[in-house]
Formats: sequence, structure tokens, C-alpha cells
Amino acid sequence: MDTLASLGDGFAIALTWQNLLLALLGCFLGTIMGALPGLGPSNGVAILIPLAFTLGLDATAALILLTSVYYGAMYGGRISSILLNIPGDEPAMMTCLDGYPMAQAGRAGEALALSGIASFVGAFLATWGLILLAPQLVKIALLFGPAEYFALFALAFATLGGVSSTNQAKSAFAAMLGLGLAMIGVDSQTGVPRFTFGEVHLYDGLDFLVAIVGLFALSEVFVFLEHRHGNADAQGKKMVIGRLTPSWSLIRSCTPTMLRTSVLGFLAGVLPGAGASLGSFISYSLEKKLVDKDNTFGKGDPRGVAAPEAGNNAAAGGALVPMLALGVPGSGTTAVLLAVLLSLNITPGPLLFSQNPDVVWGLIAALFIANFMLLAMNIPMVGLFTRVLLVPPRVLMPVVAMVSFVGIYGISGSSFDLMVMVGFGVLGWLLRKFDVPLVPVILGTLLGNAMESNLRRAVTISDGDWWTLVDSPLALTLWAIAAVGFILPLIFGRMVKSKMQREDESSLAD
Amino acid sequence: MTFKATRLTLAAAFLGLSAFGASAQGFTPENPECIAPANPGGGWDFTCRQVGKSLQDLGLIDKTMQVVNLAGGGGGVAYAEVVNKRNDDNDLIVAASSATATRLAQGAFPGNTMDQVRWLASIGADYGVIAVAKDSPVQSLTELLDMIKDDPRSVSIAGGSAVGGWDHLKVLIAANAYGIEDVRKVKYIAFDGGGEAVTQLLAGSVQAFTGDISEAKGFVDSGDIRVIAVLAPERLDGEFASFPTAREQGVDAIGANWRGFYAPGGMSDAAYDAWVSKIADLYASDEWKAIMANNGLAPLDLQGADFQKFVADSVAQIQSISKDIGIIK
Repeated sequence: MDTLASLGDGFAIALTWQNLLLALLGCFLGTIMGALPGLGPSNGVAILIPLAFTLGLDATAALILLTSVYYGAMYGGRISSILLNIPGDEPAMMTCLDGYPMAQAGRAGEALALSGIASFVGAFLATWGLILLAPQLVKIALLFGPAEYFALFALAFATLGGVSSTNQAKSAFAAMLGLGLAMIGVDSQTGVPRFTFGEVHLYDGLDFLVAIVGLFALSEVFVFLEHRHGNADAQGKKMVIGRLTPSWSLIRSCTPTMLRTSVLGFLAGVLPGAGASLGSFISYSLEKKLVDKDNTFGKGDPRGVAAPEAGNNAAAGGALVPMLALGVPGSGTTAVLLAVLLSLNITPGPLLFSQNPDVVWGLIAALFIANFMLLAMNIPMVGLFTRVLLVPPRVLMPVVAMVSFVGIYGISGSSFDLMVMVGFGVLGWLLRKFDVPLVPVILGTLLGNAMESNLRRAVTISDGDWWTLVDSPLALTLWAIAAVGFILPLIFGRMVKSKMQREDESSLAD
Repeated sequence: MTFKATRLTLAAAFLGLSAFGASAQGFTPENPECIAPANPGGGWDFTCRQVGKSLQDLGLIDKTMQVVNLAGGGGGVAYAEVVNKRNDDNDLIVAASSATATRLAQGAFPGNTMDQVRWLASIGADYGVIAVAKDSPVQSLTELLDMIKDDPRSVSIAGGSAVGGWDHLKVLIAANAYGIEDVRKVKYIAFDGGGEAVTQLLAGSVQAFTGDISEAKGFVDSGDIRVIAVLAPERLDGEFASFPTAREQGVDAIGANWRGFYAPGGMSDAAYDAWVSKIADLYASDEWKAIMANNGLAPLDLQGADFQKFVADSVAQIQSISKDIGIIK
């Protein structure tokens, strides 16, 4: 009851005209920033900090504005994934896998609306999780030492098989490539630069955003340039937009998926070393293992759109748990929000809930408000977004190239990053030619560093004793799930494949 | 000859006067800009944003300070950018800290040295702390160091910087001062930031934590961790007064993570003096005192030439420690 009373107080703080307007502004700007490739939630929030300061907002109002941007960007990331096959930010990468095929099949409106609903469900449940479970959840985060984190990352890679390609070897190759790219930079455990060739820009490793924009957006432009030949394709295919709202039965069929992945994503968000990208990834791959009986994931299955969106939005809410309760950021964006809290003279940490209840509960109420606003804003805007598909590629592709360059340069201000991006564009184009999936490359780059660091931390702490990796029940559980996730598809995959072959043969025989 | 000397003196006096005149009129940066050499959310980002906001609140600058995040190479990308491309920009300041000095000392900014820029002023210092979990049997710094002396493998110390970084060096300075011969044997585990390191201390993965007071403050308030030594010359004020210093336990180690700014090497004297006096005014203000108190920043009041000398000294000190422990040759 205490909690509900505090939440009521929170709403009393958040529900002023000024705060509602700020939330609306934040949601709108956040959605746009999320949809633009390159600009993600953390940059979006960082860009708006000066605005919050210039407007002279107090702590609660500033947080309402910035968290609306955060949630908005998490919603917005899916839009370009579905329409253009270009993830608007890192966690939206998985949405490409089924969202883009759906759009190609003339179901863009449904995909957008469904993913909007999934985002809402994920964020809504995560906010409740934050309210009810924050103090208990902190204890879960404390169960994770380096060995457990390593097992978690191993789990992510073990379930990778077949996520984005039917060819396991190509997936494995792509993941290895990503892991290799993650090696670039100063090694934090020894302080020695690796593969940097004395180039100071490479000391911090490759920037994921640069890699994503290069691999997905620029390579798309290159493929277009190659195939154009000045022919009719440049005029644009007749795109079918289809219905704008998903049917009730579709939503109902995706509901169990959304609920399951919300829980998974939320838990991934709570762990400071995991984050939203891992949340959306694990959500997608485990859901695929669980419900993908007919092998439709990756070909435009609505559940494949709902799963990562519910997962990554739930992770966004989950990441607020360690930020508020421990003062430890669970993602890039919460690191920025943490800095804002500090500069507003609020010390996050175990005592935040008792020392600044107005800030915490005002923030939580604002999350609910932002979430409802985003749902209300996103569903009607689906019609507007789908118009993008009507833009002929000869107009769209130059715009994509321009947005990529401006976006990356605008964030980093470094021409070196632009060259890296072009390099990734060429790499992406090559990989597409060889039909190698791009998602595992990014996952390897994104998770490889953390995975390696945690392995080495664990082994250093135990003085070189590798048994430390399986020394706790939690680590053993994670390894068990990883093993099941890795082996089962090998058995079932073969069964499904032989069944499909038989069907093929019988259809040929007809 | 006399005539020439006089003329030179006159000219110098005139130049000095005009420089003085300019700073007295107040050189005002047209588009004040602060480079934070890291991604949003870190200490340098905080330094830029907080100082920018406070300078504007106090009316010391007219326009909003534009904060540019130029991450890369632990500050090396920003340093090279300032030295190579923006050497005579009068509107630009760059956030720096002990980490910058550490990397300059270890030659981790390829081809760059500390005298290529002009060091402006400090805005405070974050003293290093060594802490243990609340239920740890270790009660004092000497106990911890004795354990390391007996069996270096028995104690893992977590910190937020990479190996060879400032959090690591602080422990080594203390170990060195306590007479531990081969400090390379001290087991240091690098995490991504002080927050993650503290979390691992709470989780029981490691036995001790090395970091800054500001990183530990929230957990000390809640009683989850216990500070066994602060690496300050004497006990700090206010709520931090209960922390014992390393010195009073017989370990003569001081480690201050100072925060401050540098400016491009070609900045005009007028602009340099103006920035120095603006930051000095900021430092003297009550508002800044409050911010320092809230963030666990201890006083470190150095501007202009004093600050330049301070940075040079700390670079030299870090260089000699790094050589002792074999991080650089």
C-alpha cells in the first residue's frame, strides 16, 4: 500500500501542465531521434541536456523530459528497422530480422503497429517491475560476478545458431568476425593497445554505432548503386502498404510472446553488465527456440517483431533499476541520466529512494505517462511512417547516405569515424554478396569485449583456476541453458530439415 | 643599445598593458565551448556540463557553454585534435583530470606532450579511497597491505580504470609506501568504471575497492562499504571526517584525482587570463562550494602558472612510479 501511496504522490508531481508538455515534447523528439540511424537514446538524451538546463527545469521536470526522450528513442528505433532494414539504434537490430520481411510482404503497417504495442507492453511491465521489485532485484544484480557474466554472454552466443541465417557456418563466421573486431583497442586488463597500429582513434575500440550504420545503412546504398543500372527499379517497386492496424487475433497470438520476452528483457536490463541489446537479442533467440515450430522466424513472423521490441523496451525500464538503486548505469543512456542526476545534486545509490522520494516517484509516474503518450502517438502515426515506403529508392537512398554521414559526424565530430563507417559499408556489401548475416557481426563486436573482460577477470581473481567459471549454481544454470540452446536446434534442425526436404520432394513429384 | 633596450622595455610594457587592458575589459568568449574527451555520462562530461552551467548561472559567460563529446583514446583523440587543429582557438577549454596526466606521463597519447597546451585551472580534487565491504574482516589499510605482503594472491582489488590507470596506480603507491617490494604482484582487476567495481565488491567477487570518494559516497552513506583509508594529506571536512587517512596509519601515500581544464597552446594571453579569472571566480563562489560538497570534491585551488607547475609535477611523479613498476621503460 505504501508503494501505491508513493506512486500517487508521484503522479501528483508529474501531472502538471508543464510536465505533461515536457513529456509530450520528449516523446516526440525521442521517437524521431530513435528512428534516425546513428542517433540513439544515449545521444538523444545527451543532446537535450543543455535544453533542460537552459529552460531552468527543476530535477523532476528535467528527468521527465529526458526519460521521455529515452523511452521515445527506444520506441523509435524500430521504425527504420522495419521500413528500411536499417536499425535506428543498437537494440533495434533484432527487429530488422522479421520486421523488414513483413514490410516487404506488404504488412508494414501491421508490423509498425504491432511493434508499437509490443514496446508498450514491455515498457509498461518493466515500469511495474521497477516499482514493485527494485529493492529485491538489486540482489539479483549482486549475484552476478565476472564468472556469471561470462556464462551469460556465452549463453547469448550459444543461442545464436540460426538466428539470422539458415546456414550455421555463415552465422558462426560472422560472429567470429565480430569477436575479432572487438579485440581492437586498448586491453583494459593489461593496458596494452591491440591492433591499433598506433592510431589513437582506435584506442577505445570501434564504435558500435559507426559499425551498425556502416554495415546496415551504407551497404544498403552500395547494393542499390550496384543493381540500379538506371532501370525501372530506381523508380520504385509498387509497394503495398496493406492494413494499418493489426487484427485482434494477431495481437492475441503475439501476447504470450510479448509477456515472456518482457520478463526476459527486464532481467537483462537489471544486470548492469548486460543491457538492452543483450535483452532484445536473448528475447528474440529464446522465443525463436520456443515457438518457432514452422521455421517462420526471419521470414516475417509477427512474433519475431513483437519479441525483440517487448524485450528491448523492458530492458530500458530494467536498466533504471541499478541506476536508481545502486547508482550503477546498466546502459549508455542510463550513464547519461546518472550524470544528469549528479549535476542536479542528487546522489543515486542505495539511499535514493528514502532521500529523494519525490524525484524517484515523479520519475516513475513520468514513465507511465510517457509510455501511454508514446502508444497514443505511435499508432496513429503508423500511416505517416509507412509513406516512407512510397518514396522511390533513387530519392530515398541518397537521403539514407546523407543521414548516415551527418549523423555519425554530428555525434563524434571526427572524420576518422566517417572512414571507418565507409569501411564497414564496403564490408557489409561484401558480406551481403556472400550471403553472410550481418547481425552476428554486430553482436560479436558489441558483446565480445565484455565477454572477454569478464572471462579474464574471473580467471585472474581465481588465480588461473578455470573451474571458477562453473563454481556457482547460477553459473551452472546459465551454462545448462546455453548447452540446451546450442544442442537442441542441432537435433531438431535436422528433423525439420529432413521433413522439409521430403515435402519438397513430394511437391516436385506432383 | 640602451636605446634599443629601452624601446624593448617600453614595447613590453605596452604589450603587457594592452594585455592587462584586454583582460580587465573582460575577454568574453563569443561561442564558449568545452570539449569533454569522453562519451556523455563520465567525469569529464560532468566537469564540462557542471562548470558550463555554473559559469552561466553566475553570469561569467553570456552564452550557454556548448559541450562537445570527443571520445577516444582515453582523451588522446581530443588532445590531438586540440594540438593539431584548434591550436589558436580562444573560445575553447577542455576537461582534464589525473587520468590525462597519467596518460601523458606514460606516453599513451602518441606524439603529444603536456607542454603543447596551456593548463588553465583546477576546480577541485577527488581523493582516492580504498574500501572493503561492510562485513569484511579487514579493519585497516595496514591489515590489507599485510595480507598482500604475505600472499599477494589472496587479495583481489577492483577499480574502474584499466591496468596502469589512476585507480591502479593509487593502490601501488600505497603498497610501495608500505614497503611491498614487487608491487607488480598486487592483484588488480579492471572494471568498466567505478560503479561496476563497487558492485563487484558488494557481490563479494573481490576483497577491496580502489576509487574516488565520489564513486564510493552513495555506498558509504548506506553503510554497504567501509572506507579503510583515504589517500589525502589530512582528514577531510564534514561528513568525510570519519575516514582515516593512509598517512595516520603509517602509510605515506597521497593520491588526488584532480579535475580541471586545459586550453589550446596558441590561446592568446588575454583569453588565457580571462578564462583563468573566470574559473577562479567560479571556484570562489558559494554555489561551487555547494557543488563540491555534494559531489565529494575536496579543495584544490590552483590557477594559471601554479596549476601549470602542479600538472608538470604530477606528470613527473607518475612517470617515476610507472617506471618503478615497469609499466613504461
